[in-house]
Parts: sequence; structure tokens; C-alpha cells
Amino acid sequence: MARNASVQTKVGFTVLAWAVALLLFSPILWTIVTAFKTEAEAIATPPTFLPLTFTLDNFGDVQDRSDYIKHAWNSILVSVGSTLLGLVIAIPAAWSMAFAPTKRTKDILMWMLSTKMMPAVGVLIPIYLIFRDLRLLDTVHGLTIIMTLINLPIIIWMLYTYFKEIPVDILEAARMDGAELWNEIVHVLVPMAIPGIASTLLLNVILAWNEAFWTITLTSGRAGTLTAFISSFSSPQGLFLAKLSAASLLAIAPILLLGWFSQKQLVRGLTFGAVK
Amino acid sequence: MGSITLEHVNKSFGEVEIIPDISLEIEDGEFVVFVGPSGCGKSTLLRLIAGLEDTTSGHIKLDGEDVTGAPPARRGLAMVFQSYALYPHMSVRDNIAFPLKMAKMPQAEIDKKVEYAARTLNLGSYLDRRPRALSGGQRQRVAIGRAIVREPKAFLFDEPLSNLDAALRVNMRLEITELHQQLKTTMIYVTHDQVEAMTMADRIVVLNAGNVEQFGSPLELYKRPANRFVAGFIGSPKMNFVDGPEAEKHNAHSIGVRPEHFALSTTAGAGQWAGTVNVAEQLGSDTFLHVEVEGLGLMTVRTDGEQTFRHGDKVYLTPAANRIYRFDAAGLALQDKPT
Amino acid sequence: MATRQTRTLARTMMAPAVIVLLIWMAVPLAMTIWFSFQNYSLINPMMTGFAGWGNYEYVIGDPSFTQALVNTLLLVGGVLLITVIGGTFLALLLDQPIWGQGVLRILVISPFFVMPPVAALIWKNGFMHPGYGMLGHLFKALGLEPVDWFAQYPLFSVIVIVAWQWLPFATLILLTALQSLSEEQREAAEMDGANAVNRFRYIILPHMARAITIVILIQTIFLLGIFAEIRVTTGGGPGYASTNITFLVFRTGILSNDIGAGSAGGVVAVIIANIVAIFLMRAVGKNLDA
Repeated sequence: MARNASVQTKVGFTVLAWAVALLLFSPILWTIVTAFKTEAEAIATPPTFLPLTFTLDNFGDVQDRSDYIKHAWNSILVSVGSTLLGLVIAIPAAWSMAFAPTKRTKDILMWMLSTKMMPAVGVLIPIYLIFRDLRLLDTVHGLTIIMTLINLPIIIWMLYTYFKEIPVDILEAARMDGAELWNEIVHVLVPMAIPGIASTLLLNVILAWNEAFWTITLTSGRAGTLTAFISSFSSPQGLFLAKLSAASLLAIAPILLLGWFSQKQLVRGLTFGAVK
Repeated sequence: MGSITLEHVNKSFGEVEIIPDISLEIEDGEFVVFVGPSGCGKSTLLRLIAGLEDTTSGHIKLDGEDVTGAPPARRGLAMVFQSYALYPHMSVRDNIAFPLKMAKMPQAEIDKKVEYAARTLNLGSYLDRRPRALSGGQRQRVAIGRAIVREPKAFLFDEPLSNLDAALRVNMRLEITELHQQLKTTMIYVTHDQVEAMTMADRIVVLNAGNVEQFGSPLELYKRPANRFVAGFIGSPKMNFVDGPEAEKHNAHSIGVRPEHFALSTTAGAGQWAGTVNVAEQLGSDTFLHVEVEGLGLMTVRTDGEQTFRHGDKVYLTPAANRIYRFDAAGLALQDKPT
Repeated sequence: MATRQTRTLARTMMAPAVIVLLIWMAVPLAMTIWFSFQNYSLINPMMTGFAGWGNYEYVIGDPSFTQALVNTLLLVGGVLLITVIGGTFLALLLDQPIWGQGVLRILVISPFFVMPPVAALIWKNGFMHPGYGMLGHLFKALGLEPVDWFAQYPLFSVIVIVAWQWLPFATLILLTALQSLSEEQREAAEMDGANAVNRFRYIILPHMARAITIVILIQTIFLLGIFAEIRVTTGGGPGYASTNITFLVFRTGILSNDIGAGSAGGVVAVIIANIVAIFLMRAVGKNLDA
């Protein structure tokens, strides 16, 4: 930045920006501090900001009441599982489209994108009935399949934009060096695309983790993910704000941390490479 | 062994015909250069031989064996790319070892060959570096190292020196020529630079718009260009061409005189072309004069570096009689003289 | 590039992705369309057979549909308005030379990573609850009567929550676009004597136009499908006051077990999304150099 700004302007902008940012962040901040309060303090008037009596009891209660660990484990299985499965299907497809494009490649990419735009409710009922008949309702593997399918277009698109940046010469050199397709992909393409693949993985884990339509409609007790876990707190039961905050914090903390590391990739992934 | 035969090779991309019909015989151990202006199809031709593109029709034979449909991995050729195409995630050692690893050679043997290649190419101290930590010239050597370890039937070079600076280019040119003398393996080398072609090649293929204009030794091309295109492309500075009445005097549609085949004087005489110096480029060893000749247009003249000329100086040019190239209306050389 | 062999290989490599997506898209959609013309209720298994346009007439004719459609438009429009204007403002602000830019970015982007049910619940209980929500405390401190947001302004409340979640997305994308504007171009404009307002009007805004379009289109796709926020806050109510098309289909098909009518609603939702999708595909497609 070569722009010159007087100190006053800089101070002004800084104060304004921090005010707005803290305002936007306040619901999260409030959740964090409330999670460590007692229930009585959580709803006290006037409210306290930092907990007067710092307690970790809420987290224990949440675990006892709704089994956080089981839901979190389901969330990990579904989000990581669906992303890995998606990568296995997407890497060969993205290789094809990036390095052996045909006249139809663009149409296929656009078509894949269009599947992402189909509203979930449009297919909710058949999927629900199919899942019921195949006994996939409320199973982790059933949910993993759905999650793979809904995120596959994004995975392919992201990989495609990353693969496009790899010079085709290098893959051709591998071919000249006697590498068959498998070796070309495993020894040359994938190692070169590791940053891109990692970003894709990260973003898709986040998207799958936060997906809240299929996880709620297709699961109940057994395979419920954290979105289902938190939804079970939607009807208040006595004093519960502190527990709700603890549960919320537990549900979002892992992904909040991942998300902070993946801002750039997020832009690229969610705009299908249109904004980099 | 590494003789390469092309039989009526044709390559089209959709409607566009890049190479209409080429037949060539490249002998084992030859250093052949494909040269031509950009877009002439020389790189495509090389990629066809490599197997990175397939022919639309026609056949490619390696040592008499038809490899037209074989994938690059099975052809036993090695290629050095313009961008070097080194594997950025591998060390120099692993880059050079990669083709051997693909051939499932035992590790001990791989190590021996990599060591040998590194010694040949002076890469010993860089073996554990990544390509991005190397200079352009070093990268080029690694690319060559990767090519030589697998002892290919032939080497294919795709404009390998164009990313290097001028001084390094001259060095690498020599190194590649030496390498050829040492290995005696067939090499096909693509360039747009006719100086590289002249200095390195046993034989040169001059390509234009996907057609072979001429295939011959450098001096053959220089002395007896088959047509106006080759005459203009080979030789630096370019040959001067004259059409019209002056050419008709020599029973030709057009005539050409190389800049080095003029006698220059500052006094008028019979049979001379009178002109005015426009620009004088003094290189020290030589001077190139751009002379505006009355009625004939701009001519380039090479003269020794001792004389100095200025803009506007009057000069008189005498083309060496036995060095006037004559062409018919189609641009083909008329072959009775010169020799 | 590439040889016939490579191309054949490429087709094979692409096949799994194409096939699973094709099945995923075609089979359930075909079933939805089929169900939408059937009398099919899980509660009343006696009622079967071809329904003609009956389900559509039932769904579209019901006042709840009109309300859900209006709610959907208000929800999408309201959130877009807030996020695009707010996002532009925030992006411009974060692009200024300020202290702690990195931390600020993290604070601003965070709401996007909060899963929808959590976002809805922390707003519902921590902020909008008339008894112990922050806004309740604030109103009381100002001597005002606390508002029961979800009872009195259900749709507005949902809009606020969704806008809070999507504002970071708009900000991040617009900021990325803004930062790709070359410093030289800005400086040239400054040299040419353009003041801040003119620079925004003639240099920055046109540069961001494409990113804004993309933000609008992508958000629209996601906003049409808003579900969890409604499910855990108002449950679509009171009445149908905060029911959008997505939630209506869920209500009809899954909660009321009327497969036929729910499917008809689903088809309508697909048609609406397709209209938006066509525009999005054009915008993204233009940028695709395949």
C-alpha cells in the first residue's frame, strides 16, 4: 500500500472498522462468555459481561444431556468422509477437464454447476422415501453419500481451477519419461497440486460440517451430526441459556478455527473460481 | 539405434490443417534441426514424433517399427521442453531419477546413472536442491540430465534455449553439440532461430506453413536454397530480393543477393547499383549498411568493420556475379548457376 | 493437445463424476415430478391414482403458498439488500489503511462459519429473547418495552439472522475484488484529479460490478433454500408468517406426509431456482476459459 494517509484518518478508520467488526462479532463473543457463566448469571438483569463465577459445568451438562461427542464424531465422519470420497471421484474428472479439454468440457462444467443449484426441497421427498426404503435414514454412510453428491460440483470446480494453473508441459514430461496415467497423477499431478487439494478439502469440510438441511431432515438420534445436536436445543427447557451457549460453542469452535485459515480458498470455492 | 521415418504424416485440428503431408527420413545418430517461423508446424511435428499428439493420417516409424499409435511412454524417446518442465516438488536427483523409477530400475542402478549424469553435466553439487533454487542454465542441464539417463533412442528438443539469455544460449548451444558428439544419439531440435540451426545441425528441415521447404545440410541450404523462402530464411542478415526489370536482366522473376555478396565502393562504375546509406550498424567486426538503392529499394550490405559510413553517404554496390540467386514466378530457385 | 488415447482415457476418468451427478440430478427430480401428479399421502394410503394438476392447484391455490412466495421474495430481497450494501461499505472500510487488519478480517468473516442452527439459536436466545436477550436488556436500559421479536416480527427477525450470516461472505468477496484493483489505476485517477466520491463512482464501483453480480447470484441460490434458521426459530409461524417455499414443502411433504402436494411444491421451487440459475450460469460461464 503506497497510499498516504494522515494519522488522524487512519485512527478514524481504525476506530470505525473495529466498532463495526466487534458489533458483527458480538453474537459469537456473547456466546463464548455466556458459555462459562452459571445459568442464573446468564439471564441476570442487568447482564454481566465477563462471568462472575467462571464455570465449566455447562460443557459437562451438555455432554450428559445430548452426547456432544457422538454428534461431533458423526460430523467429522460425514464431513471428512464425504470430502475424501468426493476427492477420489473429482481428481480424475478435474484432470480430464483441465488437461484434455474438449469442445464439451465447458458445457459439462456448467452442467455440474447447475446440479448445485437444484433446490434441496425439489428432491427432498424422493430422497427421503428412497432412504426410508433402503434403510439409509439416520445412518452415517447414507448422509455421507448425500453430502458427497451435493459438494461434488464444488470440489470438481475448485480442483479444476487449481489444475488449470499447472503447466501441461510437466505432465507431458512425465509421459515422455515413461509414466503411465496412474503414475502421472500420483507422482506428478497430485504432489504439485497439494496446496489446491488441501484448500478444496478444507472448504468442503467446512461446508459439509455446516450443512443443515439434509443433516436435519435425514437423521434423528443415531447418525445426527452437530447441526441436529444443536437443533435439539431449539425448545427451551428451564434455565438453559448458558448450556445452549456451551453447546453452540462446542458446535462451531472446530470449524471457526478451520475457517479462519481458509478465507482465500473460500472466496475461490464459493464463486466457482470467478473471483480469485 | 534411432532412425526416424515419417510417411505422409498429416495433422489437422478440426478444420485447420497444421501439417498437410510430410515425409522425412532421419538417420540414426543424426542431429536434425526443424527450423521455421512461428506457427510453421515445427513444434507440432516434434510432438507428433514424441507421441504427445497423434497423426490424423500417415505413419511414424522408429527403427523401422511403426509407432504411430503408441503412447509417448512406450516410444523410448526423451524430450527437453522449452519450459524445462522439471518436477517442482522433486529434488534434482529425483527429477533425473524419475524416468528410471518409472522403468522400475533397481535403486542401486538408478543411483549410479544419476551420479554419472550429474558428473557429465556438472550438477554434482545441486543434486539435493529443488528446481526453483536453480538458475535457468542449471535447470536446462537438469532437463537434459533427465533425458540422457534413460538412454533414449532419440532426443527431442523443443526450443530449449529460448528462455535463456544470449550469452548462456551460446554456451548451451556448444554443450548440446558436444553432448551429441559424445553420445552419438539421434537428436531432433526445434528452433525458430536459424543461427542455432546452422551451427548445430547435421541436417536442417526448413518448415513453412506445415510444409518441408527444404531438407539438407546447413551449407547446402545456404549455397543452394531450393526456393525464395529458404533463401530468405537462412542467412543473417537476410538476403536482399529484387523484382522487375533488374531481375529480368538475369532471366528470372526475382533475384536475390546476400548482404555479404556485395562489393562496395564509394565511386561510380559500370553495372553498379547506386544508393544512399540510410543506417549504418557498426558491430566492430562487421558493419551492416542499410542502403536505399535507386529504383530497387532498401538493401542490406555487409562490409568490414574498418570503414565508417554516415547517414546520407553515397555508395555503389556490385553484386558478385556468381552469387546471384535466381527465382521463377512461383519462388522456386532456377538451378543453372550459381554454384 | 492430447492424443486420441488421452482423450479416451479422459472420458473414462470423467465418467464416475458425470454418472453419479446425472443420477443424483435426474432420478429424484423425475420422481418428484411423477409424485407431483399423484395422489399420494402417507397418512391416507387409500388415496391413490393420477391427480392431474390437482396437487398444483392445491398447493398454489392455498393462501399459504402465496404467503410463502411473498416471504421467500422478502427474505431473499431483504438479505441481499443488507448484505450487498453493508458488504460494499465494509469492504471499502477494511481496504483502508487501518491497524489490526488481519484480526479485523477474522472477526468480520466469523459469522459465516457459524452453522445455521447455531446462528439462529444464539440470536433467538442470546439476543432477541424479550426476557434475557441482549436487545431486551438494551431496550430496558433505554426505558423501552422489550420486543418479542419472533412473535411480533417473525420474518424480519429471520432476515436479520440470515443477513448476519451472509454479510461476511459478501464482504470477503467484494474485498477480494477490491484488492485486485491495481494501485496504479487508483493513483492515475487521483492524478487526474478525481476526488474520493468520483473515484468510487467511476473507478471502484465499475470494477466491483462483476463481483457484486456474483455475490447476488450465489447468495440468491443459497437464500432460496433457507431452512434451518426457520426450523429452529419460528417453525414457520406464527401461522405462515415466516414460512418460505422451502419450509412449506418440508411442512407439507414431511410434516404432513402429503407426498403429492409436497412434490408439487418442490417442482415449483425448482422452477424458481432455475430462473435464477440461468442468470448465474451466464455470469460464471463468461468467465470460464475452458
